[in-house]
Amino acid sequence: MNIVACIKRVPLTETQAKVSADGTSLDATGVEYMTSFYDEIAVEEAVRTKEKSGGEVTILTIGSAGSSKEMRECIAKGGDKGLILVDEDWMARDCRSTAKALAAKIRELGADLVFTGRLATDRDNAAVGPMLATLLDWACVTDVIEVEIGDGKGTAVRESEGGVENYEFTLPAVICCQKDLNEPRYAGLKGIMAAKKKPLDEAPLEAEASQAEVVRLELPPARPEGRIVGEGPDAVDALMDALRNEAKVL
Amino acid sequence: MDAFRALDFLDIESQLGEDERMVRDAVRTWVGERFVPIVWEHFEAGTFPMEVRPELGELGVFGPTIPEEYGGAGLNSVAYGLICQELERGDSGLRSFVSVQGSLVMYPIFAYGSEEQKREWLPQLASGEAIGCFGLTEPDFGSNPGGMLTTARRDGDDWILNGRKMWITNGTCSQVAVVWARTEDGVRGFLVREGAEGFSAPEQKHKWSLRASITSELVLEDVRVPESDRLPKAEGLKGPLGCLTQARYGIAWGALGAAMSAFDEALQYAGERIVFDKPLAGFQLAQKKFADMATEITLGQLAALRLGRLKDEGKMSPSHVSLCKRNNVQKSLEITRTCRDMLGANGISLEYQTGRHMCNLESVSTYEGTHDIHTLAIGHELTGIPAYR
Repeated sequence: MNIVACIKRVPLTETQAKVSADGTSLDATGVEYMTSFYDEIAVEEAVRTKEKSGGEVTILTIGSAGSSKEMRECIAKGGDKGLILVDEDWMARDCRSTAKALAAKIRELGADLVFTGRLATDRDNAAVGPMLATLLDWACVTDVIEVEIGDGKGTAVRESEGGVENYEFTLPAVICCQKDLNEPRYAGLKGIMAAKKKPLDEAPLEAEASQAEVVRLELPPARPEGRIVGEGPDAVDALMDALRNEAKVL
Repeated sequence: MDAFRALDFLDIESQLGEDERMVRDAVRTWVGERFVPIVWEHFEAGTFPMEVRPELGELGVFGPTIPEEYGGAGLNSVAYGLICQELERGDSGLRSFVSVQGSLVMYPIFAYGSEEQKREWLPQLASGEAIGCFGLTEPDFGSNPGGMLTTARRDGDDWILNGRKMWITNGTCSQVAVVWARTEDGVRGFLVREGAEGFSAPEQKHKWSLRASITSELVLEDVRVPESDRLPKAEGLKGPLGCLTQARYGIAWGALGAAMSAFDEALQYAGERIVFDKPLAGFQLAQKKFADMATEITLGQLAALRLGRLKDEGKMSPSHVSLCKRNNVQKSLEITRTCRDMLGANGISLEYQTGRHMCNLESVSTYEGTHDIHTLAIGHELTGIPAYR
């Protein structure tokens, strides 16, 4: 089976975001990166599917030429090869343009099955996976917490509001992975050394311009300082009054 | 406390290769997620968390510089040093567990063993299926192992071993012990198997340092070892001393991990702890301590990296290792003491890392060549005059 796992490089979760001087992007100074959390789950599921059904896993990303560290890590966890579609504008690219470029490449790679994270933990759009399936005219299941791939078809369980939905689908398909699907493995040291010998290629990104443009970024307003209304049982009345009449939460 | 933030004041990161960084990050992630949350309870109970053994094997930290054909990962020495740094950031007991397996058991089998011994032991030691220990130190012979009393006497095709070894990491849980014994022809190394008649490894208890590590005595009473379990290429004391050079190399890096852990903990604490209406970190006394500690950690990191590059170029000498082990362990011990002090009463709680590291480093300062013995080794190198006696 020809499997593709799409990943995105995102700032480390604990990064303190700062808006850059132009007001439309994040200040990248000192920012460190990681593979988006849900994409790690996508890679793990791709590798598990390969281990069960055979085939090959290609890790695919759109990113700067420097994003090889995350790609190597994914290859070290069981990917067979990697391909970076080089785009120095990767942070600003919109979902549609991203999905179109990925779809074209996935078609060219002749994939049977694509795994993506349910969303990338930078913008939280949750759009590229379903768009990709639409552009490819493939089946798509999102927020997947269980998946079984058989001969030319598969079943998946999707987490939805207040319950689960059970799906059957035919291949080719795009599976967008939710956090309970698996627990990603650690990159072992042998895997890291083996990854050095596996192909990690770069190709220029062929993409349309973004249709959606970020015109202004703002950080959330600073949280107002708390107020202590008193101490001990004597403060209960004042607290109740504040909750009722100022915060209006009671 | 926020996640661990490793001090890198002089951008030493940029001196590392991508694979070296990846190896370090893989071990750092594992230690942070799987080991740090559980270690303090084991330290308190005086146990090693054996459940992590298969995970360590899967991660690949046992003998990672051994070639792949014997189950290793074929890493370079700098990557191995970084592994030791990250493991000891978790606990010196964890680094000791891995150091003994790799440097003191797998290394001598790889360097001095027969092809059959390598094929039998190295893959299962690399995966963690088998654990090994190293028996050199005796109750009355530590810094001068040449005085050892343990003997091996030839008896037909076999050897008969008698003696006692002390302070042996992993002795009680090992499937194989590399035991050094005196023969008529000088010191030789033997692979003593778990369960051999006359061989026992009782655990040494009541330690206040390296509590999350198994320390044992090895008792050998007429233990019969076949010639095929003698390390054929180890002759004289240079056999065990060659192993110790490997292990000490890892310690030069490892001690820094403990210091970096304590430093980060104290720095975060001092930023949050309000005293006299401002953060502890805002006082000049605290800042001087941080400046001094950051300096020593940074110099230690540079020394360790240089040592690793020398090792990878085949130019590292035992006295190079002595200088780095001696300095980095002593400075790390002093740093953890300072950090313990800065944490105030919290510094004695096992919910903080620092006190544990401080206690552990007392052992690390003594084992693998005491601070004073390394002083004499460096003195010998500089003056040409041995001053051990």
